[in-house]
Amino acid sequence: MSLCPVVELQAVAKRFGDGPPVLEDISLRAHPGEMVSLLGPSGCGKSTLLRLIAGLTPPTAGSLRVEGRPPGDPAASVAFVFQEATLLPWLSVRANVEVPLRLGGAAAADRAATSSRLLELVGLGHRGDAYPRQLSGGQRMRVSLARALSLSPRLLLLDEPFGALDEMTRERLNEELLALQGAGSWTGFFVTHSVAEAVFLSHRILILSAHPGRLHAEVPVPLPHPRTAETRLQPDYLRLVAQVSRQLRAVSPAG
Amino acid sequence: MPRLNRRLLLPVATGLLFLGVWQGVHLYLSDDLRFLLPSPGMVWSAWGEHGDLLRRATANTAQGALLGFSLAVAVSAGLSLLLSLSASIRSSLYPYLMALQMTPLPILAPICVIWVGAGLRSVALLTFVIAFFPLVVNTTQGLIATDRNLVELFQLYRARRWQQLFLLRIPAALPYFFTGLRIAATISPIGAVVAEMNAGSSAGDGGGLGFQAVIFASQAKYAALFATAATTCLLGFALNAAVLALSWTALHAWHDSYERTDR
Ligand SMILES: Nc1ncnc2c1ncn2[C@@H]1O[C@H](COP(=O)(O)OP(=O)(O)OP(=O)(O)O)[C@@H](O)[C@H]1O
Ligand SMILES: [Mg+2]
Repeated sequence: MSLCPVVELQAVAKRFGDGPPVLEDISLRAHPGEMVSLLGPSGCGKSTLLRLIAGLTPPTAGSLRVEGRPPGDPAASVAFVFQEATLLPWLSVRANVEVPLRLGGAAAADRAATSSRLLELVGLGHRGDAYPRQLSGGQRMRVSLARALSLSPRLLLLDEPFGALDEMTRERLNEELLALQGAGSWTGFFVTHSVAEAVFLSHRILILSAHPGRLHAEVPVPLPHPRTAETRLQPDYLRLVAQVSRQLRAVSPAG
Repeated sequence: MPRLNRRLLLPVATGLLFLGVWQGVHLYLSDDLRFLLPSPGMVWSAWGEHGDLLRRATANTAQGALLGFSLAVAVSAGLSLLLSLSASIRSSLYPYLMALQMTPLPILAPICVIWVGAGLRSVALLTFVIAFFPLVVNTTQGLIATDRNLVELFQLYRARRWQQLFLLRIPAALPYFFTGLRIAATISPIGAVVAEMNAGSSAGDGGGLGFQAVIFASQAKYAALFATAATTCLLGFALNAAVLALSWTALHAWHDSYERTDR
């Protein structure tokens, strides 16, 4: 892989105010086009890690670089997909997809072209004029994804985007996401509680332990691309899922 | 459409039932006590008898109520924006806004009369005072209760302050604003009427509904008094209906308080 990592964390620590340390001694890198999943028990700081990378909250210690610059730098091209779709309910689906472009001052014609293309891409080309509440949960998530892709980001941070969806929808969206990633070749950080999802999507899985959050293990996923629904039936895939589950159990509170 | 039927028929049915009970109580009272509760029919004829007077009074009251109401909307919008800026601004100003709201109108009325003179100006000012508190409280709450994830989304895309205000905070506050607006629309006519009873009406125009109520009471015209009360209600209903229509226009497409409409 290339010499210049898209994301580089060195000995990063985070605590909120004078609370307990949330993250401690996190060092990691992600390379262009790589998809990295974060697994770990609830409250171990996965969302916090993504927010640090996005520049939404500052680290307490350590150094953090996104494309060689401090996080939150205007030149960085980062998008975030939150756990909930977080759409603006008063805007149409199309206008929601256009929000980042609008904030950046893009011309109306460019916005329309981009939103049409992206809605088509996520399979919602016919729902552009609907309001978010007229969509299903999975459709809303796809709008959120389209919005995140609207500025053609080089780094996409996804915080349990499909956590609230049923298994079938989730698997289909996983496949769509991989296709999008293959086509767009952005770098992705993907937080999830689903081992199967992590194995299916990633080049590499990072397992965090809790209190404080530390890197517990790093598991490469050498499954070939493109991955499809078939991949989920392969012995290699199943073996990896079992292995990662075991490692995740080691850091999860007994009970 | 069964839904429309229910929404129209039910209130009409309760209304008729209410009139029936009212008439019944009236008939049940002995002759010498019937003046205490004029029958619906008597109120109806009082309405006809004093129609001109009541129409003019309604116009006067509506003028004061609308003036005060509009003033409240304008001032509260600005003040809410100011209050939404920081918690310190809120804690320094809220107690005094509440103090204003907690001072009874009859006490404020003479003070208003001294400051701006009796009549329309005082009525509008007093209506403003009582209408603006629910507006400020609700709108401010709406402006500061913006979904944190949405705020972070805007932060992530480096939205400027004005973009965050106009594209995010203000639209997100609209449902709250309309809640405040409905309360204000309900109490504005009441405020105007109470204000008229305490701050007087300008002599030339015959006064508003509050002024008429005082006259009718002093003349022991109880049926006319009931008719005045009903007229005040109608004024409140009209203002409410206008606000509801406005609220529907602004919110029905996207807000959860309205039924989901898939086309
Ligand atoms: N803004 C904040 N202020 C104070 N504490 C916070 C804040 N955000 C997160 N924390 C704390 O940091 C810890 C990690 O939170 P975080 O949301 O990153 O966990 P998570 O791994 O994403 O959990 P989950 O899997 O449940 O989403 C928690 O103990 C939480 O209470
Ligand atoms: Mg989380």
